[in-house]
Amino acid sequence: MIEIRWHGRGGQGAFTASKLLGAAAVTDGLYALSFPSFGPERRGAPIQAFTKIDDKKITDRSVITKGDYIIYLDETLYSPAAKEDLKAGGLIFVNTKDIDRYRDKNVIAIDADSISKEIIGRAVSNTAMLATLIAHTHIVDSESAKKVLKNYLPEKIVEKNKSVIDEIITIERSNNND
Amino acid sequence: MGERKFISGNDAFAEGIRLAKPNVISAYPITPQTIVVERLSEMVEDRSLKSEFIHVESEHSAMSAAIGAASVGARTFTATSSQGLLYMAECLPYAAGGRFPIVMMNANRSTALPWNIYGDQRDSLSQLDSGWIQMYVEDAQESLDMALMSYYIAEHTDVMVPVMVNLDGFVLTHTYEAVDIPTQSQADEFLPTYVTDNKMDLDNPVNMGFSVGPADNEEFHLLHHKAMLRVKDVVKEADERFKQIFGRSHGTMTQGYRIEDAEYILITLGSITGIAREVVDELRDRGVKVGVLKIRFVRPFPHEEIAALVKGAKAIGTLEKDISFGYEGTVYTNVNSALIRNGVLVPSYNFIGGLGGRDISYEDIKECFGTLIKGNEEKEVWIGLGVVDDVR
Repeated sequence: MIEIRWHGRGGQGAFTASKLLGAAAVTDGLYALSFPSFGPERRGAPIQAFTKIDDKKITDRSVITKGDYIIYLDETLYSPAAKEDLKAGGLIFVNTKDIDRYRDKNVIAIDADSISKEIIGRAVSNTAMLATLIAHTHIVDSESAKKVLKNYLPEKIVEKNKSVIDEIITIERSNNND
Repeated sequence: MGERKFISGNDAFAEGIRLAKPNVISAYPITPQTIVVERLSEMVEDRSLKSEFIHVESEHSAMSAAIGAASVGARTFTATSSQGLLYMAECLPYAAGGRFPIVMMNANRSTALPWNIYGDQRDSLSQLDSGWIQMYVEDAQESLDMALMSYYIAEHTDVMVPVMVNLDGFVLTHTYEAVDIPTQSQADEFLPTYVTDNKMDLDNPVNMGFSVGPADNEEFHLLHHKAMLRVKDVVKEADERFKQIFGRSHGTMTQGYRIEDAEYILITLGSITGIAREVVDELRDRGVKVGVLKIRFVRPFPHEEIAALVKGAKAIGTLEKDISFGYEGTVYTNVNSALIRNGVLVPSYNFIGGLGGRDISYEDIKECFGTLIKGNEEKEVWIGLGVVDDVR
């Protein structure tokens, strides 16, 4: 089972990203569970969301304490101690303006806000971070991620978010080949 | 063929209700209510569900409106949760005693105080004596399927009793997973149109909602009780019919997993069952004979079935998100009564956990089995709170 933990603040779309990833996995013929850290929804408050992906039905509904991938939509929620929550060979993804601060083989830093702002017009970086995860891990098909956007996002921003996914996949995969 | 969607337990239940085509939905849409009624109101708005949606001013009114609608022969739905269910409590025996086959979804959430909106089962278990059938489901697919099946059971002429379908708050209601959504024609084939004589009808006037004095009152309760006792046969019939049409089965009043030769059995309720099965698989791989018995109905309580299934075990444990303060978990009380009624003597433990939404982990379940295997002088164990005296 692949376990992904999302960290964000209320309103940044961490739970939406976890749903998009789960829905993409199901589109790929896999099984998935997506759920938020439960509780009242408050804009700005730190929240977590979880995605579990497997090739068989998932029945463990408990929260993820050790993840394969941990994603920070908001840099201020990250601390180096997060690495203790990674499984062996796991990766952390951080949305930051200061990529050079994260010179670490387990951490992938990207300025998702700037890319999102340029394409969508707002620095809502959840699909950008989803695309970064997909670019580096191939856990789902990026075409599946694009396909499921319409079920979880307002209609008027679906196409722009597809462009965000395409843009990030192109940038990150070309960086990987460097 | 229907379609597969990646949706929450709430969404799945709403899809099941859409397929059941209730004539009337009454609801009070405020916390701790879940979004199931929001989804249904959207379906009524976009006309994918032709139903009268009554937006009432409280849970007490939601149940009262449901009773009123049911009393003219309408198929009726409402949903609630936690303190909302408790506010409804006065109306629950009216619906049950009036033999109105209303279906209600309850999102199992904690009750005050200390107040929180997270999941546990103390809300519905406090209402076991209301005369309603109580069902507990495990995942989003079972939620959708039971939304349909609950009407089949409630409206069956051998039953005519309302059904409360319980979904664990958040862990099930807010978790997204893949759900197969049947077609309307499949649903129509499964669920007959609701026709009843138990209604106000100008052409066939009957006395309803009446008072009955001491001379005859008890007879009515015995009839109600007997109807409840027939539920197990109707559930069997409904599941067989369901399997024919949808290709899925959910078992009888209980659903066992690797219990045939199990020496240690954990009894569960609702969504915690899945992780318990995974623990069973791991322990079985190591040669330990363990199993899980999921109770699907707490009213009527399948005492004979439970006793027969656990009688060969060396020890059993009842895991529940409930405490009846000053005694023990209520499901445990019922399980022990089932053992005694049926002459089964097995050491029986009570694992209490998940109160106020506390996470129950894989390791926690392993520890429950560890306690069953090792034995323990104290029969009541609070998960994650080893030494109760430390909690002040």
